Amino acid sequence: MSVVETKVPAGFVPVYTRPKSLSDKRFTYCPGCHHGIITRLVAEAIDELGIQERTVGVAPVGCAVFLYEFFRCDFAQAAHGRACAVATGIKRANPDLIVFTYQGDGDLAAIGTAETIHAANRGENITVIFVNNQIYGMTGGEMAPTTLPGMRTVTTPEGRDVRTTGYPLRISEMLAQLDGPTYITRQAVFDVRHVQMARKAILKAFRNQLEGKGFSLVEVVAACPTNLRIPPAEGNRWVKEQALKYFPLGDLKVRD
Amino acid sequence: MPKGMVVIDKDRCKGCGLCVETCPFGVLVISPEFNRYGYNVATMGAPEKCTGCGMCAQMCPDAALDVYRAVKEGV
Repeated sequence: MSVVETKVPAGFVPVYTRPKSLSDKRFTYCPGCHHGIITRLVAEAIDELGIQERTVGVAPVGCAVFLYEFFRCDFAQAAHGRACAVATGIKRANPDLIVFTYQGDGDLAAIGTAETIHAANRGENITVIFVNNQIYGMTGGEMAPTTLPGMRTVTTPEGRDVRTTGYPLRISEMLAQLDGPTYITRQAVFDVRHVQMARKAILKAFRNQLEGKGFSLVEVVAACPTNLRIPPAEGNRWVKEQALKYFPLGDLKVRD
Repeated sequence: MPKGMVVIDKDRCKGCGLCVETCPFGVLVISPEFNRYGYNVATMGAPEKCTGCGMCAQMCPDAALDVYRAVKEGV
């Protein structure tokens, strides 16, 4: 296990250092996976708001299943898709805690659609980070509800055929129709500017919870270079050129 | 003396190259050196060009990069 270097070199001041909310554990994500960037942004938000000691995360099933090992805060591991329901229970039992869930599209948009929609509709005061990489990453690259039309996956080798498998599910647009949620936004992390925007959105989602405003969901359109079978840098371009056509970025619902 | 410096945690780096792609000055390169997990790690190929902007660290998916900026003389 590597030890975090905290010694500042002589004559230098830190510009960026590893967030304190992250543990020393190496991320188990594949090289170039956008999950890593998003996990780091969540840790930065927790650091910036100084809420590490009263934060409880809810880990999903999927690529981020080991999330509880990466953070220095309390965690609960939810059954597949049920993170929003578990978060609801934790938050209602102890409203002083800051509760967030971190889910992928196989978790939140497939098996957990019902839990997510109802938590949003009730306006539960929780923060949801939704990583939409349009594929089931951990199980080997099967088609997800969010897979783009024509996109090749293990289970759609000829590309997703919308006549038999339907169209990509736009969860954020669905939730934005409801009266319950406070903040629904879609962001991406394929370049530095968008990383900064995603960081601000995640911070706002946590701030909403601190101020008791209600349900906040930040969807982050991500790439899975491993299962797309492309190099990580091309994964960034793929998000920019392909995924954003179907998942346009921006705030879908903001209630003050 | 360079304006900035990137400290790379070699055990965390997975050699994805997003930092190399992002750096506007071509400071970082993927080295032929392996870390203990078998990844070719990123390293500073041209340290004198670094300005300490921190863009590489913003993109790093493994939080492996720490960025430092030189203290300006006379401040």
